[in-house]
Amino acid sequence: MKQIHISINGTRYQVAEHSNLAAVLMTNAIANRRSVSGEPRMAVCGMGSCGECRVTINQQAHQLACLQQCSEGMEVQCEP
Amino acid sequence: MSSAIIVGGGIVGCAVALELAQAGVQVTLIERDCLGSGATAAGMGHIVVMDEGEAQLKLTLYGQQLWQTLTAAHPQRHEYHECGTLWVATDAEEWQLVAEKAAVYRQHLIPCEILDAAALYAHEPALRAGLVGGLLVPNDSVVYPPKSAVYLWQQAEKHAAKLVYGEVRSIQANAVQLSDGRQLHADAIVIANGQRCIELLPELPIRAKRGQLVITERYPNLIKHQLVELSYIKNAHASSGDSVAFNLQPRPNGQLLIGSSRQFDRTDRQIDQQLLSTMLRKAIDYVPALADVRCLRTWTGVRAASPDGLPLIGQHPEQAGLWLNVGHEGLGITTALSSARLLADQMLHRPAALDLQPYLPRGLQQEQR
Repeated sequence: MKQIHISINGTRYQVAEHSNLAAVLMTNAIANRRSVSGEPRMAVCGMGSCGECRVTINQQAHQLACLQQCSEGMEVQCEP
Repeated sequence: MSSAIIVGGGIVGCAVALELAQAGVQVTLIERDCLGSGATAAGMGHIVVMDEGEAQLKLTLYGQQLWQTLTAAHPQRHEYHECGTLWVATDAEEWQLVAEKAAVYRQHLIPCEILDAAALYAHEPALRAGLVGGLLVPNDSVVYPPKSAVYLWQQAEKHAAKLVYGEVRSIQANAVQLSDGRQLHADAIVIANGQRCIELLPELPIRAKRGQLVITERYPNLIKHQLVELSYIKNAHASSGDSVAFNLQPRPNGQLLIGSSRQFDRTDRQIDQQLLSTMLRKAIDYVPALADVRCLRTWTGVRAASPDGLPLIGQHPEQAGLWLNVGHEGLGITTALSSARLLADQMLHRPAALDLQPYLPRGLQQEQR
């Protein structure tokens, strides 16, 4: 499997190309975002419905990590 | 008059319930679904002074003042947020409207500020390039109307008002008949069920004017004021056909409400995708960053439009004991409190703060024959 590099919160990670981003975050125990009251949030439904897994990808806010495949150079910003 | 039945537990019905209950009237409010679930929940909750005629300006201004009083102690209860309205001018013709609008507001001592292009972009940098200017009306605000409706009802309940769930099938003299067979009696009946009033009183000159709205994810600080196109009134008050007008609201939590659209005589809840696209394209034209926002939900609501754009507030011209507070079109949140007060003033023979004449029920179909 081809390995690529993405950046999560400024740190470089090596992942298999086309990995699911929500799975990568989960594997690395990184919270996707914070609720209004400051609690950590991560993917729940895994199919683009619940909106819990929102992250900023390449400066674009509110992208659903569970619907994203990792690609070379992708910059992911969470609210850790 | 010692008892009253109010048909419709939207923001208008709840406001009337509080006005009457506070005055010692024994109030029964009838709601079909749940409080504040109709047009009350569907609209933007914009408390806005509108200047399409003296009567509209006075009713909306009076409404705004009553909202300020209602929300003063606990603004959070209503999600009250004084974001102001910024009317945006795209060309020389609309720039002329800015001056005219400002003159009207100033004449009524309503604070407003004319913004040239530089000032406009200083206030709202997300607006597209090439605009001419705008008019900022800082006292306009937003609320979350279903919360306010419930709050008004809870206050009415403290004055012994009663809530009955049911669907009103017909109105008789001093009584209403529910679809489950129950009959309720009172000295006065108040119709406050929005566009559905014509199901009970087909003679009323009320037409459905359906709208669609979109709500987005949270994008705090993208915009700060409710942004409305200056030709809004022109676009919003065509008397036939489908139309859209740019109207963008920042919710206090950073979400954006994107409007607006109008379709006559439609009451179904099916989204018109083509009209929605037109509406969104217009919004993106004004605020290009909207092209990248994530929309969460879209829905429809039905405004109750009267021929002259003013609500009907007062006694039914042909039926003693039957009172109306309907036809608020797109301004029902702003005018809920003022219209309720003016209706109660009439029912209780109190002096009213405004000249009632322009709002008295009129234009019934029998009268026209």
